[in-house]
Amino acid sequence: MNARLKTLAGFARALPLSGRIGLALVLFWLAVALAGPALAPYSVGAFVDYDVFSPASARFWLGSDYLGRDVFSRLLWGARYTVFLGLGAALLASLMGTALALTAAIRGGWVDEGLSRAMDTLISIPSKILALVLVAAFGSSLTLLLAIPAITYMPGNFRIARALAMNLVGLDFVTVARARGEGAPWIALREILPNMIHPWLADLGLRFVFIVLLLSGLSFLGLGVQPPHADLGSLVRENVSGLTDGALAIIAPALAIASLTVGANLLIDALKPAEGQS
Amino acid sequence: MASAPIPAPSPRGALAGVIPLILKRIGAALITLLLVSAVVFTISGLLPGDAAQETLGQSATAEQVAALRHEMGLDRPALTRYVAWLGGIAHGDPGQSLVANMPVRDVIAGRLPNSLMLAGMTALLSVPLALLIGIASAVNRGKLLDRALNLLTLSLVAVPEFLVATIGVLVFSVKLLWLPSIALVSSEATWGETLRSCALPVLTLTVVVVAQMARMTRAAVADQLDRPYVEMARLKGVPFRRIVLFHVMPNAIGPTINAIALSLSYLLGGAIIVETIFNFPGLASLMVNAVTSRDMPLLQACAMIFCAAYLLLMLVADVIAILANPRLRSQ
Repeated sequence: MNARLKTLAGFARALPLSGRIGLALVLFWLAVALAGPALAPYSVGAFVDYDVFSPASARFWLGSDYLGRDVFSRLLWGARYTVFLGLGAALLASLMGTALALTAAIRGGWVDEGLSRAMDTLISIPSKILALVLVAAFGSSLTLLLAIPAITYMPGNFRIARALAMNLVGLDFVTVARARGEGAPWIALREILPNMIHPWLADLGLRFVFIVLLLSGLSFLGLGVQPPHADLGSLVRENVSGLTDGALAIIAPALAIASLTVGANLLIDALKPAEGQS
Repeated sequence: MASAPIPAPSPRGALAGVIPLILKRIGAALITLLLVSAVVFTISGLLPGDAAQETLGQSATAEQVAALRHEMGLDRPALTRYVAWLGGIAHGDPGQSLVANMPVRDVIAGRLPNSLMLAGMTALLSVPLALLIGIASAVNRGKLLDRALNLLTLSLVAVPEFLVATIGVLVFSVKLLWLPSIALVSSEATWGETLRSCALPVLTLTVVVVAQMARMTRAAVADQLDRPYVEMARLKGVPFRRIVLFHVMPNAIGPTINAIALSLSYLLGGAIIVETIFNFPGLASLMVNAVTSRDMPLLQACAMIFCAAYLLLMLVADVIAILANPRLRSQ
């Protein structure tokens, strides 16, 4: 554990300032998503304040919402949905996209042609439009909210993973593996994937940012996470009537989402190879 | 057209070489649009189950459902329905809106001009701003200004639209009382009133679009600055300002317009949130309403308009890239 912490510290030291800020924000929100509900001072649905949209106070750190519930507690709970749905959907999108991309790269021929055509079609539909059509057709349960962003952002990952794999598939060590008689799964998982893992992880991070923004946007429109569950986007939506009062109940969750996505974006940018190397 | 002469070195001949290439891109875009329409129709028209059953509810008898299915044409094979639907869209008649109970065409006709106006005003504001930021940071590469702008745009790209809108409302309509927080657009309003009520939506969209556009512009200009001819001009002792204006910009103009067309597509997604938050009577908020009320004919038509607009922007970007690159012309 100690050694791990040291590697993390060394990793953080190697980053520029913006990257360190990004790393801190991402770790902070991961910690909140994991431990938040345990730290919440009030129960998530409890009506604890007689006032609505009250300002920040010692009792209610971020004031109260449109029904007199504690915004701070709701935020701690909401972060869990936002972070885990985002991470889950990003992983799902990347795993599906990459599995298809590796298949296309290794098989080549009509498999590659067909998959690439299909993905090109999906990528020609703006992501928010595709997500809206999917929500209209299937609704928005939590399972679907994992699947819909995953489908929406899979083609982008396919394109990048295919390009990365195509660069590797013609190299000597893959040819040697083929000549040795290794099967396609071995070549994909042992020869190609380990050599594209860094750009792949950067892309995973970007998908996470896009998906968090998409999910919050859907929830803000009332088409995402449905009550009684609430992610950070739902918190913004349900308190929208406090906007004209400048209520903390609407600003706090909106800022929370922004700090998560901006943090992740800064971190990914700091990890990119220096300009001119791409 | 098919008997176009082999491209000659004359300017007219060079252009003739481009035309088949551009026609090919247009054809490819049309095929993509056709495939996109199949995807949209499959998701929204075939997969969700029985619209007749849903309209009538659980208590309906089998005969009633069957009658409505027949009336709605749901008992026909999927391919027939798709072809009929596609034909309707192509002729500008995508059917009847289930909720508004009037032709989808009329519903959209009332909203589309507003959205186009919003997009136009945003483009008018964001393109010069993005050019300014992009060129300023490319020219000052690695210096403090560039790093500050880079950090700013990098952060703005990841900020949700509703935070920008919220801050805009708080500052301009709650604290300063300068602008209305709800966009009222009507045909009776004067130009001044329309401008005032559109100001916040336009500003919000501009913030959303400008960051991406400035980043891509910077990349396009920075790419030119790395070319050998810039080094040559510097070695000759040409002043840097002159290099940027007369050497780099003419070469960067193609990639830059390409970048701008690509990033204008962010308008489409941004409009969905922005139109909703400001109650702007545009196409994007109409589409959100269609999702909420599950008004499929309206939803499909809106989705197809957005997809067509997106593909059109990509096509424009593509064609400009071809026109700007002399080497592509002779292929």
